[in-house]
Amino acid sequence: MLNMSDIMETITMIQEENLDIRTITMGISLADCADSDIDRSCAKVYDKICRKAENLVSTGEAIEKKYGIPIVNKRISVTPIAQLAGASGGNPINYALTLDKAADAVGVNFIGGYSALVHKGFSAGDRVLIDSIPEALAETNLVCSSVNIGSTRAGINMDAVRLMGHQIKKAAELTRDNQCIGAAKLVVFCNAVEDNPFMAGAFHGAGEADCVISAGVSGPGVVRSVLAKMPDDAPLHEIAEAIKKTAFKITRMGQLVGSEAAEKLGAEFGIIDLSLAPTPAIGDSVAHILEEIGLEQCGAHGTTAALAMLNDAVKKGGVMASSSVGGLSGAFIPVSEDAGMIAAARSGALSIEKLEAMTAVCSVGLDMIVIPGDTDEAVISAIIADEAAIGMINSKTTAVRVIPAIGVPEGEELNFGGLLGYGPVMKLRKESPAKMIERGGRIPAPIQSLKN
Amino acid sequence: MEKKPLSRAVVTVIGKDRVGILAGVSAKCAQAGANVIEVTQSVIEEFFCMVMIIDIDNLSCSLDGLQTCIKEECNDMEVHVMHENIFNSMHRI
Repeated sequence: MLNMSDIMETITMIQEENLDIRTITMGISLADCADSDIDRSCAKVYDKICRKAENLVSTGEAIEKKYGIPIVNKRISVTPIAQLAGASGGNPINYALTLDKAADAVGVNFIGGYSALVHKGFSAGDRVLIDSIPEALAETNLVCSSVNIGSTRAGINMDAVRLMGHQIKKAAELTRDNQCIGAAKLVVFCNAVEDNPFMAGAFHGAGEADCVISAGVSGPGVVRSVLAKMPDDAPLHEIAEAIKKTAFKITRMGQLVGSEAAEKLGAEFGIIDLSLAPTPAIGDSVAHILEEIGLEQCGAHGTTAALAMLNDAVKKGGVMASSSVGGLSGAFIPVSEDAGMIAAARSGALSIEKLEAMTAVCSVGLDMIVIPGDTDEAVISAIIADEAAIGMINSKTTAVRVIPAIGVPEGEELNFGGLLGYGPVMKLRKESPAKMIERGGRIPAPIQSLKN
Repeated sequence: MEKKPLSRAVVTVIGKDRVGILAGVSAKCAQAGANVIEVTQSVIEEFFCMVMIIDIDNLSCSLDGLQTCIKEECNDMEVHVMHENIFNSMHRI
């Protein structure tokens, strides 16, 4: 029988601690839309997305009402568009406009997959797609883009790294009148996963089924409030245990919602992404969990250790709760999307170097970080290279989503609005990495034994 | 014939105690065709907290609709109507 305290616990989590399903994302394969004529190809893409995702939003809303749990985002991920652009030729911007139109027609918040996978080299379609990214993001509202430039098996494609430094800057420049938002919709990955339901990095990988529903759960507020109730002298293994139990409950809810959505939409159930995804709302912060564990402010020495424990405990609890865990699955640390991170960046407690160290022990990477608008392209490339190196060596996904604040003086902030949040311009190192970046070429794949 | 498992929902009402809460909520459930299976309630100081489990196999409106109806009856209280599966999945292995 259901007991009263369990019922009240669930209601408190949803009502007061911001527990929600962050996203249900429908992955749609566009493999059968490829055509040698770009107009025909775009027409097929539009039709397929509208056909498959027609009821995505209404189904999501029906589930919200049935269980009384908010599902914040309904989204779509598609096959990397570079693959279609390679087959059809032509200007890939047409695909971006098509995706934007289709996303708008079915009512989703974002559509991901304006992507290219170039970790080892460029094939037909990859280069033109990457060249078109800044313009595509400036001309569309809902399209998100990602590029995979490295992997543990292939090493790092430094030509692509150099190119992406340039493209991130350009994406920000083309949207300078709109808070440089172009760069906020562009992620550069190392070891990108094929079933990630979270934006901006979602795309539908080649190994996936035709149409798949995946769910991303959230709930930093719930974890924090559980820790807040623990005594100040509780040892860390007990803290980890409490996080595990909470992650279990959160994930079970995601599993319920995800599998029900898949069943109603006639799609396969893909994965649950066990991520603690913060929002700028008060009480929905990963940084505040770290502070609850016992740091004066996020960014203090000890932050990396606390985050490593949090990340691992979330996975342990979540894996027990669902048999299909995938995606990025870890704690996210997007600076502008997390009230505690924003406060720490403002006060100077949190530096880019500390963030880089934190990305070595959690998903996903240097995420939503506002950098000075006059940052040299080579510096952005070097940030990508550093981050990709961490991912490559540690066999994990890492990513870079930095936003050059074009025309914004130091000390001021960018405000993207909504879940993307706001954040101060963070200081970078001044020394130039230009010579290394100019070399281009490839960083060879790392050895997989003798690990130390 | 195979018997369909019961489909049930959980109604919770939280707020300041007064006369007629249970009666009002039960009446709304009855109007909507929901059979009340179990009621637990407690009053801690002046704080009223009621959990009602209802059978919704013959419900004439949506859960959301029932929640709105009950809210009209108890507009001074916090009301939730949620399908029981969410509680089962979160609290049972």
